[in-house]
Amino acid sequence: MIRVREFEETVATRYSEQEMRCPVHLSVGQEAPPSGLCEALAEKDQIFSHHRSHGHYVAKGGSLKKLISEFYGKATGCTRGVGGSMHAMDVDAGIIACTPIVGGIMPVAVGSAMAHKYDGNGIVTAVFLGDATLEEGVVHESFNFASLKKLPIIFFCENNFFSVYTHLRDRQPDRPLVDLAAAHKMDVYSVDGNDAVEVFRVSQLACESIRKGNGPVFIEAITYRWREHCGPNYDNDIGYRTEEEFQEWKKKCPVEKLTKQLLLEDKDAEEKIKKIHTKIRKEIEDAFQFALESPFPAKEELFKNLYAN
Amino acid sequence: MQTNSSKTQRKLSYAKALVEATDICMERDPKVIMFGLGVNDPKRIFGTVGNLPEKYGKDRIFDVPLSENALTGIAVGAATMGYRAILTHQRLDFALLSLDQIINNAAKWHYMFAGQWKCPIVIRMIIGRGWGQGPQHSQSLQAIFAHIPGLKVVMPATPADAKGLFIASVEDSNPVIFLEHRWLHYLEGEVPDGYYSLPLGKSQISLEGNSVTLVASSYMVYESYRAAEALKKIGISAEVINLQTVSPLDLETIIKSVKKTGHLVVADTGHASFGVPAEIISRVTENCFSALKSAPVRIACPDYPAPTTFALAKHYYPRSSDIAEAVLKILGESNGFEITNNLKNIEQSLRPDVPDLKFTGPF
Ligand SMILES: Cc1ncc(C[n+]2csc(CCOP(=O)(O)OP(=O)(O)O)c2C)c(N)n1
Repeated sequence: MIRVREFEETVATRYSEQEMRCPVHLSVGQEAPPSGLCEALAEKDQIFSHHRSHGHYVAKGGSLKKLISEFYGKATGCTRGVGGSMHAMDVDAGIIACTPIVGGIMPVAVGSAMAHKYDGNGIVTAVFLGDATLEEGVVHESFNFASLKKLPIIFFCENNFFSVYTHLRDRQPDRPLVDLAAAHKMDVYSVDGNDAVEVFRVSQLACESIRKGNGPVFIEAITYRWREHCGPNYDNDIGYRTEEEFQEWKKKCPVEKLTKQLLLEDKDAEEKIKKIHTKIRKEIEDAFQFALESPFPAKEELFKNLYAN
Repeated sequence: MQTNSSKTQRKLSYAKALVEATDICMERDPKVIMFGLGVNDPKRIFGTVGNLPEKYGKDRIFDVPLSENALTGIAVGAATMGYRAILTHQRLDFALLSLDQIINNAAKWHYMFAGQWKCPIVIRMIIGRGWGQGPQHSQSLQAIFAHIPGLKVVMPATPADAKGLFIASVEDSNPVIFLEHRWLHYLEGEVPDGYYSLPLGKSQISLEGNSVTLVASSYMVYESYRAAEALKKIGISAEVINLQTVSPLDLETIIKSVKKTGHLVVADTGHASFGVPAEIISRVTENCFSALKSAPVRIACPDYPAPTTFALAKHYYPRSSDIAEAVLKILGESNGFEITNNLKNIEQSLRPDVPDLKFTGPF
């Protein structure tokens, strides 16, 4: 949680230096969904994601050095600068692929889950999607197939109510999002996506069920994106949502919520959290330093990897 | 079709020219409707929609769910019933989800029902470039659309082109793929007032010359123009043809020019292989081989996906120096070093991933 928050906030702060020359879709405010889910996933489990993937990547334990280097377009980045912020990956941490064509990654995740089922390796696949992703046809085709084949996959939907600047109410009829997945005959859950503990609990249930061979599970985590759709700023003033609405959600800050929950259970929590903060800040600082000192890819890199050998 | 260049002109950005064109179309024909993701959001498709949503209301201009393929079919259906639909995509790459509806339905609608149905739709797609747009947000796939019989493919370069070609596209009875290069939206230029349309399937000579023919579309018109201006200094007078429409191709204008100059360079924003330049060069060699004094050259992006990092993107996109170099080579001109070096210096002084706003084009 804290790592995701600090990571995204640092990116936001340093973005204005204009040296991270690529789009960034930050997930400040949406830390609980990936943190809760990834806590429930085993290390060998795998995730797929989309354009807003940094939080997912960090929560799953992806290398900060590689991701930040990628933002700077460096040769040490996750895709050696070729993919940029929207194509995060870190195979060692089980972060298989992220792509920014909305919905495009869904069937790929399903196919990967099918392979794991064939191989009987017990790996659970989780694929992240947004509320708007549900509007793409390929998503429903993916649900249908995954359910038909009882594949070991979690469809993890972060409902933050917006597709860029368009509200859910202007895009979909008023009905529970989970109904869409339920129609394909899979277990569904809808949780408070600002409550990391709840997300964790539900994700654990999903993992258990999947590991028993019951097929896919759909989880909706209801949350809110604090900053602009793409970029480092706040944009509550441009007219697509109100400052009041944002403030309401800010009160439900997922990081504060978890902190409070911990304080109830452990009187030393505050001290421990402080230490975690310090440690993480240092880690992020080091990663930025590493990225800044890393070389850019040489021209020859442009002409590599078109075909596999 | 009305083309009227004697009208009053005023400076307008490419984006504003599109607002004006859309407004005129909607004003003239109540059956024109427009939809697409974000058409009425605060950014208004990079400023190309203006206040039209307020002016025309939610039935005629509306935001949509994230469902490109279905929405394209919906446009086809509405067009079948007499509407003229304008569909917008903030990136061409997103429209790829609708290739089924575009290629299997829209393109063939008139033909496969023996001319009984028409499909007057305009699909606006924006070609991204720079600032880390990378492999899935910057594809320039005009060749794919131009390959499909039944589609018209338009690539305006100037603000005046944008306005005139847009109006013609909306008024056309066929599906038109309207490709806007993202960097051109900022560009300013003279735009005729009022109703103004430019014929589809016609190219324009934007600079006359007799040493070499430079054919280009969209953003590459500016790179060609810059090369042509530089080449003037050593007495090479390049003729620049602004394609405007990629398909159907205005072969006549190109052949006429090649017959005059004997040399041909074609610059395009797409990949080199199987692209628009390949088609043009092939047509020219088929039709006026004997007029050619040198082998034609194409200037295009490499046959690789676009990389994200600017460290690689700067080697990826062809620029005016590449065009000038090609011209010098085919003309056997050995003292043009300074020309290409100057161009390279200008290019290197710019960050390769943001538009060169200093060069706004003299036309
Ligand atoms: C096929 C496609 N259409 C449009 C876009 C432009 N786009 C990028 S992100 C986005 C919104 C997606 O919303 P959602 O899936 O809810 O995720 P969120 O951004 O809210 O995290 C859109 C429309 C795209 N990337 N791909």
